Amino acid sequence: MNIFRFSSPQTFYPLAGKLIPVFGSLAALFCAFGLYLGFFVAPTDAVQGEVYRIIYLHVAAAWMSMFIYLVMAFWSAIGLGLGTRLSFYMTQALAPTGALFCFIALWSGALWGRPTWGAYWVWDARLTSQLLLLFLYFGFIALTRSIEDPRRADKAGAILALVGAVNVPIIHFSVKWWSTLHQGASVSMTRSSLASSMLIAMLVMAFAAWFYSIAVTLARARRIILERERHTDWAAAEIARLGRELSVTGSR
Amino acid sequence: MQWQSFSEFIAMGGRGFYVWGSYGLAFILILAELRLLAQRRRQSLQRLHQLQQLEKD
Repeated sequence: MNIFRFSSPQTFYPLAGKLIPVFGSLAALFCAFGLYLGFFVAPTDAVQGEVYRIIYLHVAAAWMSMFIYLVMAFWSAIGLGLGTRLSFYMTQALAPTGALFCFIALWSGALWGRPTWGAYWVWDARLTSQLLLLFLYFGFIALTRSIEDPRRADKAGAILALVGAVNVPIIHFSVKWWSTLHQGASVSMTRSSLASSMLIAMLVMAFAAWFYSIAVTLARARRIILERERHTDWAAAEIARLGRELSVTGSR
Repeated sequence: MQWQSFSEFIAMGGRGFYVWGSYGLAFILILAELRLLAQRRRQSLQRLHQLQQLEKD
């Protein structure tokens, strides 16, 4: 099988349509299982008590928000290098979900910080660089939507995504480079400071976030593909078919 | 399992506001994203379909 075949919007569109329910159901299953583990199996934290259970949401969202930005930078590089339209569509399809997870990470972090540090917000390196990531997402979305010519919007967005990617390692290493209020990483490739049931719950939630992001991004990419490719024969046929369906259900 | 009752579960050792405030807003935002996604898809299709009809004439 030639994987480059799927870089064509025409072959990607139906494939994405088939994958959305798969990843959507996986996301729901993993989320339910992860929450069950996190709230009913994992023990109370010896130091923090019950409030630590925010971790299952907070870490999954924070990881996802950084990872999505890196994936956007990856697609941007491919798009700028190879000129593949689908890469730009993917970048734009990813951005809102990245912003969502970034906001959830900041919000849950604030609500976790108040009872543990005594403050909702401090201007420390980790928190500030994560806030910058949220602004990068907003900036990307605003920039790509404000430029009229879609091809120029693609390029401008891709450059922003690439340049902004520098911030992601800064977020990651901020807890090592500067003395911050935020704790260091609880989990790394070689060791973990968490009880194993906590760690498993956290990883299951991280997978749920992955599957959710994939499903939502594919759905958004499909819409973008139809909008941008509407003058091609296959997309025009698809729009005609879906448009008829819509007007039938709408008039009922 | 460490919960003796449902009210104990909700209380989260006195930190219920922070725990449920986090999960609650995340849940609402995710539902909102899914809704928005469906809504934008419908609007986009309607617009594209109309454009197509106009271009045909």
